[in-house]
Amino acid sequence: MKPAPFDYAAPATRQEVLEALAVAPDGTRVLAGGQSLVLEMNQRAARPHRLVDINNVADFDRLEVDRAEQDGGWLRVGALVRHRAFEQPVESGPLGRLLARTAHFIAHPPVRSRGTLLGSLAYAHPTGEWPTLAVTLGAELVLASADGTRTLDAESFLIGPFTTALRPGELLEEARFPLLRPTTGTAFVELRRTAASFAHLSAATALSVEDGIVVDVRLGMAGIAPQPVRARDAEHRLVGRPPTDSVIAEAATVAAAGVTDPPPDPHSGSAYRRHAATVLAERALVKARQDISEEVERP
Amino acid sequence: MRISLTVNGEKFRLEVEPRRTLADALREDCGLTGTHLGCEHGVCGACTVQVDDSAVRSCLMFAVQCDGHTVRTVEGLAAPDGTPHPLQSAFTAEHALQCGFCTPGFLMLAAAALDEDPAITDDPDRLRELLTSNLCRCTGYESIRRAVRRAADMPGPPD
Repeated sequence: MKPAPFDYAAPATRQEVLEALAVAPDGTRVLAGGQSLVLEMNQRAARPHRLVDINNVADFDRLEVDRAEQDGGWLRVGALVRHRAFEQPVESGPLGRLLARTAHFIAHPPVRSRGTLLGSLAYAHPTGEWPTLAVTLGAELVLASADGTRTLDAESFLIGPFTTALRPGELLEEARFPLLRPTTGTAFVELRRTAASFAHLSAATALSVEDGIVVDVRLGMAGIAPQPVRARDAEHRLVGRPPTDSVIAEAATVAAAGVTDPPPDPHSGSAYRRHAATVLAERALVKARQDISEEVERP
Repeated sequence: MRISLTVNGEKFRLEVEPRRTLADALREDCGLTGTHLGCEHGVCGACTVQVDDSAVRSCLMFAVQCDGHTVRTVEGLAAPDGTPHPLQSAFTAEHALQCGFCTPGFLMLAAAALDEDPAITDDPDRLRELLTSNLCRCTGYESIRRAVRRAADMPGPPD
């Protein structure tokens, strides 16, 4: 099908974008990569009155590592950074590796060369790769409007399937991912019907081990709740203990047990999802542990 | 809206509605019907063209977004004298098409990838990942994979 008619504006500066969004906020959508929005418009599931195309704003493709801050530093991702930019590590630490592993799960090369990381967060697919990673790692998101900016953590931003805290007139301008300490092993795993399907479930983890003991861990899951969630109970089971098979298995069971009612679909009911969540959490943690021996402890 | 874009080296000035996709503009306004439209939601890849040298889904881009940009379609693959592009010769040699509907998309996908990094064919995983981008419902993908590998070993494209 073809999209319904709409007005189109393609401002060249950030200020003009924010002003354009403020004109008629309710019927206006931001067009970045368009790999989700345009297909929804083709299906007429989305019928915006107006698109504000941000592709002409030069500053929006900024991708910077900010190590200056005392809290370990951040990777700052602008609104036009495409999925493709992450296929090769964007920084030399564990975060760069994790982003690269994750990027390969996203759609296909032609879609990855247009679609953007921030667009994926704003689209908020319940098992989207970037939303899952943003929740897992505690990414902070900068939302800008003509009235100013505000910052939300990813968990507060993603409030349901295809639903975010973004208000009419706001632009998701930047995502900040915390850099991971060098002793961190990472993994991203998915369960999907075919190589090209959306994930039913996914698990992401960053596991930091020092002197044989887990000193920090983040475990995020998608497909077991309306939006990606962090498995904090499972994280608590791991910290302070050695990441042995049995400790990992225990944590994985806890990760899935916290789920009251995973949303079913025709391919996977709630009980199956709960079972699969345990398997995926365990797989992710084991892979992250293996990543430490392969990447971190490599001479 | 008035836009101008360069398609296969030729400048086109078009008057299009913002909702006109690049695929429709190429087919309906430029008369270049080699670009095929299958699913119109980015899954099948039949509409793949190159915009500024990157392979993209032309059903998921609006023509107005290509104002001032350079587009290459399957009509721009062969040399001006009609000599087929190495990929076109290789697709023929390997029987990599049957009905041909998906072929323009596969050609543009593979041409962009080979232009960017011919070594992609040395890595079976990367090549497979690339070819999962598009759908073919006739031949299966093995002959397409062989054709792309064959093209990589052939003398450079005529341009």
